[in-house]
Amino acid sequence: MNRTKKVAAEAATTAGRGLVLGVTAVAGSVTLFVLSVLSIAFIALGIGVFTTPHVLRAVRAHANRRRLLAATWSDVRIPVPYRPMPADLRTGVTGQVERTTLMLKDPATWRDLAWLLVDMTAGAVVAFVSLGLFAYPVEGLVLAAGLWRVFEEGGSYWYGFVPVHSQFTGVLAALLGAAIAAVGVRYAKDVQRGHFLLAKSLLAPSQDQELAQRVAHLTETRHDAVDTSAAELRRIERDLHDGAQARLVAMGMDLGTIEALIEKNPAKAKELIAHARKSSAEALTELRDLVRGIHPPVLAERGLGDAVKALALRLPVETDVQVDLPGRAEAPVESAAYFAVSEILTNAIKHANADRVWVDMTYAESMLRVSVGDNGVGGARIGSGTGLSGLERRLGTFDGILAVSSPAGGPTMVTVEIPCELS
Amino acid sequence: MRVVLAEDLFLLRDGLVRMLEAYDFEVLAAVETGPELTKAFAELEPDVAVVDVRLPPSHTDEGLQCALAARRNRPGLPVLVLSQHVEQLYARELLADGNGGIGYLLKDRVFDADQFIDAVRRVAGGGTAMDPQVIQQLLSRRAQDKPIGQLTPREREVMELMAQGRSNAAIAAQLVVTERAVSKHTSNIFGKLGLPVSDDDNRRVLAVIAYLDRGQQ
Repeated sequence: MNRTKKVAAEAATTAGRGLVLGVTAVAGSVTLFVLSVLSIAFIALGIGVFTTPHVLRAVRAHANRRRLLAATWSDVRIPVPYRPMPADLRTGVTGQVERTTLMLKDPATWRDLAWLLVDMTAGAVVAFVSLGLFAYPVEGLVLAAGLWRVFEEGGSYWYGFVPVHSQFTGVLAALLGAAIAAVGVRYAKDVQRGHFLLAKSLLAPSQDQELAQRVAHLTETRHDAVDTSAAELRRIERDLHDGAQARLVAMGMDLGTIEALIEKNPAKAKELIAHARKSSAEALTELRDLVRGIHPPVLAERGLGDAVKALALRLPVETDVQVDLPGRAEAPVESAAYFAVSEILTNAIKHANADRVWVDMTYAESMLRVSVGDNGVGGARIGSGTGLSGLERRLGTFDGILAVSSPAGGPTMVTVEIPCELS
Repeated sequence: MRVVLAEDLFLLRDGLVRMLEAYDFEVLAAVETGPELTKAFAELEPDVAVVDVRLPPSHTDEGLQCALAARRNRPGLPVLVLSQHVEQLYARELLADGNGGIGYLLKDRVFDADQFIDAVRRVAGGGTAMDPQVIQQLLSRRAQDKPIGQLTPREREVMELMAQGRSNAAIAAQLVVTERAVSKHTSNIFGKLGLPVSDDDNRRVLAVIAYLDRGQQ
């Protein structure tokens, strides 16, 4: 009984989706295609310059909605190929002209238009077939239930290949309907998937576009990496200069004075020796802290899992660390992941006012995944100037991504994903 | 007393050998790699070993792993671990078997020969020698805790020294008080922390550390 209910519910959902797809494909795509063609044609008259960006934005929104449906309904992922608009566009008429030109120069725009054409024809047909697989059997049932009487006299009515004119042929129609419904239950989802694959063939970026996007991304992350490492070197230089180096100089001066004093004033010399020893201890402490900031010793010795455990032990808040890593990643990846976790934990403790923090590290399908959660006040976000966007940029060098879920009032959950291989 | 030493930096190894010999230790072997250390443990049966955490060929925590393995073979084998940095994670691993005879110190501590030799002797005698940095990390983390908050400043000092592994006599000498005063402080501390009173030097360190560790695993 339960199984029947489930099948029926699923069939209803699939049929509903088919209807939505069909209607949007016909109504939405036709309207947008006509508007686009008109708008582009009117560019020569001048009006098109003002309307085209709006119309094309609507087309992109329409395509993006279809991308979303493809991902959620049929698990078909269609990447977004649009070139980013430059941030320093002029305002007013010149800006409009610039925007129109940029959009028309983007090959994705023309692929969008081609998709609109295909979507309103083949796409719509495919969508309606997936709906029809459920709607048509209903007609068969209605015929069997008594509608056949209407056709009793005035010749037969063809239901599929069955001529309906009596109760018997009505029942045959119902049987055929049932068969079609069975096919629908089994295949309607695949048909819908076909619709999305059709969309993907046109909406997904072409190889050229993909390469161009990849190059743009790599250029950007390379800049970030160079900037970050230069800043890091400056910081290390400054720390050495102001810290350990200065203490060693002080020690040398103390030793010089001791040399001069040791016979004349042994008491004073002894005092200076104690001072020199203190300087050496402080220099060591500073060097140790500096090393920890560059590459934490436990990370070098044991790898990411234990390094984060050791980090957690030093935090003032109770931190639960779960590690499930079958091996070690390459050193730069480990280091990036470690400092990301370290920064997220520092944030959690500094800003979230949490009294429980947890870290979860797993590895699956070539992806290192680290989640850091806390029960604090929430409200953390990625945005300009926040520490998290700096972190996101640095992870970008490794094609890593950062996701933050932190509603006001908490709790906060930050997830880092870095593609890598473990050894 | 017969010592095995493992340290990969020649200067430090040389200095340690001379220092130990100056204090009448017999240095059976001074090795520089993990495999050599494992061999020395197996063949020489030292009274105590002084081991650097990071050793060739892997330059990771090879020394620590060798020491832990040797102690699994011979429970309670006294080992003093030296490190450029101290981590609670490693301190726990060393103390985990509860057998005593464990030391874990920053390399800087060898600057003070008397203190360092004292630590080696304590470890060889089955006691513990924990670096003050480990103890301070533990204490600062537990500071919000009620029982530790209840300790007087003097009791806190006594507890830090006790957790490092010092005997009452050594604590008394360091704080310039009488031994009776120290034992009064220690029984107060045990009372406030709810730990069983014990005469055994090693057990009481473990008790303190177990208390400090509670709820952290």
